[in-house]
Amino acid sequence: MSTIIDPNIVYERPEALADTVTHYCPGCTHGTAHRLVAEVLDEMGLLENTIGVASVGCSVFSYNYFNCDFVEAPHGRAPAMATGIKRVMPEHTVFTYQGDGDLVSIGMAEVMHTAARGENVTVIFVNNAIYGMTGGQMAPTTLPGMRTTSSPLGRDVETTGFPIRMAEIIATLDGVGYAVRRSLHDAANVRKSKKALRLAFEAQQRGLGFSMVELLSSCPTNWGITPTESLTFIKDHMIPAYPLGDFKVAEPLKGLKV
Amino acid sequence: MAKELLKGNNAIAEAAVRAGVEAYFGYPITPQTELLEHMAVRMPELGRAFVQAESEVAAINMVYGAACTGKRVMTTSSSPGISLMMEGLSYIAGTEVPVVLVDVMRGGPGLGNIAPSQGDYHQIVHGGGHGDYRPIVLAPASVQEAIDMTAEAFDLAEKYRALVVVLGDGSIGQMMEPAELPPMQPLKTDVPEWAVTGAKGRERRLLTSIYLEPEKEEKVNIRLLERWMQIKKEEVRYKEYYLDDAEYVVIGFGTAGRVALSAVRAARAEGIKVGLFRPISLNPFPTKQIKRLADFAQSLLVVEMNSGQMLDDVALAVQGRVPLEFYGRMGGVVPFPDEILAEIRRLATVPPAETNGLVRERWLERLAIYNAGDINVNHN
Repeated sequence: MSTIIDPNIVYERPEALADTVTHYCPGCTHGTAHRLVAEVLDEMGLLENTIGVASVGCSVFSYNYFNCDFVEAPHGRAPAMATGIKRVMPEHTVFTYQGDGDLVSIGMAEVMHTAARGENVTVIFVNNAIYGMTGGQMAPTTLPGMRTTSSPLGRDVETTGFPIRMAEIIATLDGVGYAVRRSLHDAANVRKSKKALRLAFEAQQRGLGFSMVELLSSCPTNWGITPTESLTFIKDHMIPAYPLGDFKVAEPLKGLKV
Repeated sequence: MAKELLKGNNAIAEAAVRAGVEAYFGYPITPQTELLEHMAVRMPELGRAFVQAESEVAAINMVYGAACTGKRVMTTSSSPGISLMMEGLSYIAGTEVPVVLVDVMRGGPGLGNIAPSQGDYHQIVHGGGHGDYRPIVLAPASVQEAIDMTAEAFDLAEKYRALVVVLGDGSIGQMMEPAELPPMQPLKTDVPEWAVTGAKGRERRLLTSIYLEPEKEEKVNIRLLERWMQIKKEEVRYKEYYLDDAEYVVIGFGTAGRVALSAVRAARAEGIKVGLFRPISLNPFPTKQIKRLADFAQSLLVVEMNSGQMLDDVALAVQGRVPLEFYGRMGGVVPFPDEILAEIRRLATVPPAETNGLVRERWLERLAIYNAGDINVNHN
């Protein structure tokens, strides 16, 4: 961020956000999530000591969009890579950026144990209830009845089971300092998401253990509806299935003004 | 440092500690568990990183992450655990970060058993992970060699930004014998120019194995291959025994090579002019050196604790120029020197009928007779 405050500038690109065109589809909320993370890194002055871990899925190229050092993990293994980095670089800020296919399906073991060990890393978990990169297949987070290319008649819970609520599950583990769910469907919730991301990185800074922010996100392309309808879909269908809330907030974070 | 009575697994672990390993990530599996246990004590007391991971999948990815920071890192496992690591090994190779892996092989396939085996030759030497990559593979035949190769593995890994595997087996890991540990090395202080350490005062760095444009990925493949050509030129290792006047040559690596050496000595005592060639770098394979054996040997005998996985590489090296025989034990069975001695006597008395690809068939016939208990075959 510029140190000279220009009263004419009310909005600018965060220093942590690379000045480049992204590959995300129009209306996708990944861009919003990226910007919020970048703003937090700027505000906390963390950019120069941060190492990000990208995952597999639409967020695979997230490493191109942040101006910090990055590595790119195998599918689901970002929390394990983050563990390895943090253990040898304990003074550095380490975060992963993962989608729901990556984190809830193939990477379930890695994220659970990273949280259980209380690794001082931050996980940004973007939940859009679908596999985006591979073209819209059913994820463990897909809503019952939701049509995807691998559940063409709608997700049948009799044969494919039920959505998994990660923020709640993670919050049950003693190694966790911060586990919340937020949504990116409107301005008010975007602001709340930003605050949550800030607290997650504050938790890491303070050595309070594993921190995770689950962000309910849209995927207009694979949901097959417009960007605006997608935001409404989050509000009307995602939030009832994935209630927003603080599931674990370590004591030192509670009174923190951010 | 004086020689001590050391167990292989502990000795390997301590050698890595003294070589300056800064992070160890592993998962318990017999017959390598003492290695993890040794690290569980030593690493924390030295203020270095130790994590018992939730799986080998996680362990190798922790290694991958830590290796990206440029520190000396390692993991160890045994055959089924190595299978689980294949994904990570491919990514590590594709990202060109240095990693040391120790595989204490056991009987397989599947859950198999915990007895010594050399069944991982294919999955390690020819690469079990996806894509074009080649790890450097060193095969120790004693606790001392396991110590020396572990220490050297870190230097090789860093020199070539490559994966280096120390390929031992359950007997190397479990046996105790006198060996000497190297002195404690200070931790490495230089940070490689590719390592992710936080973009302070420099451009950001990215470590990845993804190259969406095939032409760029091909360039990476060419770079890996060119580096491999250099490794092939400079890092071939092997040991020769009694080859000066040898008419017959036994070829074996690791424990099989060591058992074969006892058999060769016994055969020499009987007046049979036989020698031993023991490949130490299984990758790069001593192809040229083995090819030369065909210039003077009347026949070659490959001995392994598998179904002849290295045999194929030997056959490629000698190109049918010399009769080739094979003797292997599988599934965790370690051959006795007497079995190999009987094979050497056969070489010296019964000329191999043919070399047209029936090597394994002939071996299986002899093995069936041996297993049926016809001691005349092997103990005459």
